[in-house]
Amino acid sequence: MMMPVMYLTRREHFNAAHKLYNPAWSKEQNDAVFGKCANENWHGHNFELFVTVKGSPSPDTGFVIDAKLLSQIISTYVIEVLDHRNLNIDVPFMKDKICSIENLVYGIWHQLLPNMPAGVSLHKIQLVETPRIFVEYFGE
Amino acid sequence: MGEIVSVFREEHFNAAHRLNNPSWTDSKNKEVFGKCNLPNYHGHNYVLIVKVTGEIDDNTGYLIDMKILSDIIKENVLDRFDHKNLNEDVIEFKELNPTAENIAIVIYKLIRPLISELLSLQIRLYETPRNFVEYPAQ
Repeated sequence: MMMPVMYLTRREHFNAAHKLYNPAWSKEQNDAVFGKCANENWHGHNFELFVTVKGSPSPDTGFVIDAKLLSQIISTYVIEVLDHRNLNIDVPFMKDKICSIENLVYGIWHQLLPNMPAGVSLHKIQLVETPRIFVEYFGE
Repeated sequence: MGEIVSVFREEHFNAAHRLNNPSWTDSKNKEVFGKCNLPNYHGHNYVLIVKVTGEIDDNTGYLIDMKILSDIIKENVLDRFDHKNLNEDVIEFKELNPTAENIAIVIYKLIRPLISELLSLQIRLYETPRNFVEYPAQ
């Protein structure tokens, strides 16, 4: 019998400061492109993170992944690195990158990818910056 | 005599802050405020709900013109707080810890003089979807 494939999503959250700023540009050009997001003294968000993994339920547990284990992985490699931090200054994997949510979701993907348990694949990460703005990344 | 009603206007702003008491040592600040004391700031999507209560004006059917209320909030709060660092960029917090409690009180004091004395005002401020404060308390 073919094992059914399922997607399991874990929702987490973190609060952080950032700014959008390209150091290769003048302040005027940054202000023109990034507007108030370029405020030199930072601003911040309550970010919501949705991590979706793909796999087949284990015959022993019925789980694609133990949701508690997934939470611990996300906590160790993402939340503890980002929560209550300044994303531009405090986060090693954002160093020298423009701190957009596109670049942030890419960084989060690569924090989690090597830490997935056997038999489980990372499928999608959705990162919500405000109730009106979010990005999705599938590893492409 | 008009009926008594409450009207609510919801707005939002995104800002950075940190919690710190400058009269304490670094270790005491860290002990009390935890991650909220980290030096390089963090931030929130604040949701602000302004509640105005009073008698309906018989001439307009309004308690308050919501466009006027919206403009008051925008000019006095959002334009000054949104995409700012509350500690660094907002004068009211130069010497006041920008907790949700204090932010709500500051917003109340900014808006109160701009609304008719016949109307009462209450501020609800969400710092996160799970933490919010109200001022004045009822």
